[in-house]
Amino acid sequence: MIEACGLTVAAGGRELLRGVSLSVRPGEVVAVIGPNGAGKSTLLRSLAGELRAPAGMVRFAGQPITALRPAELARRRAVVSQAVELAFPMRADEVVRLGRLPWYGTAEAARDAEAVENGLERAGVLHLRDRAYATLSGGERQRVQLARALAQIEGATRPAAILLDEPTASLDAAHRVAMLRGLRGLAADGLAILIILHDLNEAGYVADRVGVLGQGRLVALGPPAEVLRAGTMRQIFGVAFREAPGGGLLPDFPCRTR
Amino acid sequence: MDGGLIPPRAATTPAAPRLARTVLAGCLLLVVALLAGVLLGPARVTPAGLAATLAEALGWAPLPAQHASNAAILGVVRAPRVLLAAMLGAGLAVAGAVMQGLFRNPLADPGLIGVSAGAALAAVGAIVLGPALFGSRAGGLGLWLLPMAAFAGGLGATVVIARLATRGGVTGVSTLLLAGVAVNALCGALTGLLVFMADDRQVRDITFWMLGSLAGARWVHLPVAATLVLLPALAMLALARPLNALTLGEREAFHLGLRVESTKRLAVALAAVAVSAGVALAGMIGFVGLVVPHLVRLMLGADHRLLLPGSALLGASLMVLADLAARSLAAPAELPVGVVTALIGAPFFLWLLRNRVAAS
Repeated sequence: MIEACGLTVAAGGRELLRGVSLSVRPGEVVAVIGPNGAGKSTLLRSLAGELRAPAGMVRFAGQPITALRPAELARRRAVVSQAVELAFPMRADEVVRLGRLPWYGTAEAARDAEAVENGLERAGVLHLRDRAYATLSGGERQRVQLARALAQIEGATRPAAILLDEPTASLDAAHRVAMLRGLRGLAADGLAILIILHDLNEAGYVADRVGVLGQGRLVALGPPAEVLRAGTMRQIFGVAFREAPGGGLLPDFPCRTR
Repeated sequence: MDGGLIPPRAATTPAAPRLARTVLAGCLLLVVALLAGVLLGPARVTPAGLAATLAEALGWAPLPAQHASNAAILGVVRAPRVLLAAMLGAGLAVAGAVMQGLFRNPLADPGLIGVSAGAALAAVGAIVLGPALFGSRAGGLGLWLLPMAAFAGGLGATVVIARLATRGGVTGVSTLLLAGVAVNALCGALTGLLVFMADDRQVRDITFWMLGSLAGARWVHLPVAATLVLLPALAMLALARPLNALTLGEREAFHLGLRVESTKRLAVALAAVAVSAGVALAGMIGFVGLVVPHLVRLMLGADHRLLLPGSALLGASLMVLADLAARSLAAPAELPVGVVTALIGAPFFLWLLRNRVAAS
């Protein structure tokens, strides 16, 4: 679905990504983890087609992503960015409706209302539809943005893709579980999903494959059970991890002196 | 810029009927304003006089003698003046709405992209240096020298600012804003220098031009306004969906399939042409571009599909009424229309700001 092959991105004389090769297949969830500044968001922006001239090649559905018109691309891939703020006040359902803009002038536009409804429902924010977006909490806004992305790719030619930048960052525990479970359901429907995460256990739960970025390079890529090992994580993040009883990895906080 | 000035309207009517209703209500308001504009004023025109004049103009019936003075007032001054006011009001208001959407800033105004200051500099240059450059011919050029200079100055300043803010094909919106502030200041300083050089009569000309007036409106101005103000304003209506996408941010607008850079270029170009031509034809008329979109957002919400046509119709109506006030309040003298729009617009804007402070 989306493939990066030897992707190198530089900005301001600094290499942000170097020789990254990664693909996301239909029906698959790929999680990307790594320390702050490792190039995770740059990778997401490249795969979204946002950075127009990376040295390596990004292909979308077999075509160079730079060859696709933005509108064409928008009908097959949606992006959930971090902390989107509005320039002007709107209601939550109006924000979700913006997801239907790529379909303006197509036959699919007849299903706009239905797609908005489905997006709101699948993201679990149907009850927030008449609320002013500005009055929502960070987590609620994040879920409204997910609803917008879902409305955007409803009716898309399959396979389609959805890219998410730390979508769980401001969610409470219950909504984290709900969102990740929802993403698994979308993958089961055949969507290709790329997700940036900080919580290793969330990555372990949701991902079919986990990619680890460190200083702009892809240092590991594979099934969670192979990648998410205390030793590897210690190398990448520079702190000790311990295996939690019953599975999962936790950073090993040093003892507090009182 | 989260929140903006106005809480969203809780309305659930589908967009298409709302658009039809908005346009209908706006057109009714505009018709009322136009009628008030042609009938009222220091010299009254009767509805019968208006009807007779229209009938004669359309070739339906000869003009009865008792309506001759009405016909003269309408034909020579009032009709072109009111029509010009409507077109300029529409152009300024739509340009303001588009700039606010593009800059994602509710306080943006066409003046930010350098139009007004550039036009003012060129116009003052024409007033002060025109006689020296063109000698006695400057008098004959009078009708067009100043507007052409103002138009060129407005566009020139916009091009300079847009160039400054563009690197590698990408126009930085915040750089555009800052470059606008700097170029505005520079143009202001150069204008001040020219005023310093001007003689007393020129200073008076400059002052009146700066305050804006529609008193000079003639039929010959209307085709120019239709081409350079109304046409760009209508073209800007097509930016409604792109501007809606930009409400989420530039990256998100691209994710939604928008060609962000070409949209920005088109929006700035259309707004610059409309506002430059407006300034060229009637001088500096402030606050229409800033306040009208806010009023419409208050009534209809932030959806640009309603906001842009609503701003055009309300801007046209308010400008006609402001001009009516300008020529009626101090009759037989005339107030500059820019003074009227600022006198009404500035306190209203402060009230909006105050409400925002209270809401947050």
